[in-house]
Amino acid sequence: MLSEIALYGAFETGLIYGLVAFGIYLSFRVLDFPDLTVDGSFPLGAAVSAVMIINGWNPWLATGAAILAGMAAGAVTATLNVRLKILNLLASILTMIALYSVNLRIMGRPNIALLSEDTVLTPWYDLELAFHQVPVVLFFIVAVVVLILLWRFMESETGLAMRATGANPRMARAQGIATGWMIILGVALSNGLVALAGSLFAQSQGAADVTMGVGVIVVGLASLIGGEAVLAPRSVIRALLACIIGAILYRLAIALALNADFIGLKTQDLNLITAVLVTLAIVLPNARHSVKALFSRS
Amino acid sequence: MITVKDLRLTFGKGTPLENPALRGLSLTVNQGEFVTVIGSNGAGKSTLLNALSGEVLVDSGRIEVDGVDVTRLSTHKRAGRVSRVFQDPLAGTCENLTIEENMSLAIKRGMRRGLGSAVKTRYRDRFREGLATLNLGLENRLGDKMGLLSGGQRQAVSLLMASLNPSSILLLDEHTAALDPRTAEFVLDLTKRIIHDQKKTALMVTHSMKQALEVGERTVMLHQGQVVFDIAGQEREGLTVSDLLKLFEKQRGIEVSDDSLLLG
Ligand SMILES: Nc1ncnc2c1ncn2[C@@H]1O[C@H](COP(=O)(O)OP(=O)(O)O)[C@@H](O)[C@H]1O
Ligand SMILES: [Mg+2]
Repeated sequence: MLSEIALYGAFETGLIYGLVAFGIYLSFRVLDFPDLTVDGSFPLGAAVSAVMIINGWNPWLATGAAILAGMAAGAVTATLNVRLKILNLLASILTMIALYSVNLRIMGRPNIALLSEDTVLTPWYDLELAFHQVPVVLFFIVAVVVLILLWRFMESETGLAMRATGANPRMARAQGIATGWMIILGVALSNGLVALAGSLFAQSQGAADVTMGVGVIVVGLASLIGGEAVLAPRSVIRALLACIIGAILYRLAIALALNADFIGLKTQDLNLITAVLVTLAIVLPNARHSVKALFSRS
Repeated sequence: MITVKDLRLTFGKGTPLENPALRGLSLTVNQGEFVTVIGSNGAGKSTLLNALSGEVLVDSGRIEVDGVDVTRLSTHKRAGRVSRVFQDPLAGTCENLTIEENMSLAIKRGMRRGLGSAVKTRYRDRFREGLATLNLGLENRLGDKMGLLSGGQRQAVSLLMASLNPSSILLLDEHTAALDPRTAEFVLDLTKRIIHDQKKTALMVTHSMKQALEVGERTVMLHQGQVVFDIAGQEREGLTVSDLLKLFEKQRGIEVSDDSLLLG
């Protein structure tokens, strides 16, 4: 079984990846915009907040700046698509690649240690909580606040317009919705959330690293798809809850797999396994349909 | 009121597939007039409606709605003046959104959208009232996903959505063509009622010449991207489909067969 520390660790990372899953839900599901920018905006959030924190800025301000930077990155991707008509997937790859250079420029070096700095977590260690519980409690609060804000937004007039933009752009335009702006706003919000996750991740892990974004998209997708399998996303609130639940379940599953020595898994195998799982999750429902079709066509 | 002057639009300019869809089309539709539009396949009927709504921008010419030049405006900027119902019953609504969410989108057509709740309690009474007039029992299904409705039901809701908000003109592009005959008749009756009650300026494209003569008060025929004739009033009274065909042949000096002009 898992040790208590490993269990809390899974919840901590799961809650952070829940924010990533929110972002991916916005782009992939709401807007139908496959966006890979997140592999760059996750470390971007980490880089911006790390640099600000080591320069003595308030860690919450640094976190806010990370969100804004992520939103700017998302806006660039969406603008490449909407205004310059570059295919959405390609536009996001271009931004992602560019962000690798940008992140190195921001940090000035490949990684920044934050272990001796004040982070958003620092004041919470004064509370009567076990050391490994602190990040879980704080990130839980952050995740709940973001969930409520996002839920209210999706049910607002603008949020509904965004959902229509992804679902039926022609109808959305006919209803007077500026679909281009909706895509820019939505992809910006999505990457703002991912940058928030990157910022919190760096602060809880005690370091920002340019390579920390590799595979974020796949893990986020795995969380999203896993959550949707557990909790059918019939409404916005269910879809958002599914993001969080999926991300935590995913982390627990990974922790269990790594814990079981007999499987012989190592941390570096995770991206491969996740990619395989996501592929299966995407292909299997279709496979089931085609198998069914095969048998029903007698 | 719609004023269209010398509209020209060529698809695929400079390619082997170059296709002049509108070739100097002019038309004026008066305030509150209900005009039916007919013409063979590829005559440019849908293109005309797309040009009016902003889905396609014309190469040259001028489009005015209520005296306002909208020629260069994109679709969403015209939406306050133009409402439309598409031929495909799936096109006018979002299947993943509920009935009340779809209607809430429409009630804000052409207006600013903010951060207030999209589906407001005070809207719901209006939605129920409107849906009740359809006699489809939809007034008790506000929270159902649009995708659960049949094509006819969706088309009826689309029409209702187009009429929730005052708009200057209503564009209907063969909006009953994809429905079975009984449902088509129901949707057509609803169309007539809404246009009559709200005194809308409307353009209705139909594939049925019979329907074109029976419904509305004026009939326009398009051919090769132009208006070939335009009849209203006494001239139109008592006109039959075969009269219409003769008229067309006389005007163009061309032989018209039944399959190039779909009869109804
Ligand atoms: N988006 C488009 N791209 C290229 N050609 C088009 C497009 N839309 C319509 N056309 C062409 O323009 C002509 C007029 O089409 P349309 O307006 O749809 O005719 P209809 O009167 O049958 O509605 C046709 O020849 C059609 O093939
Ligand atoms: Mg057509």
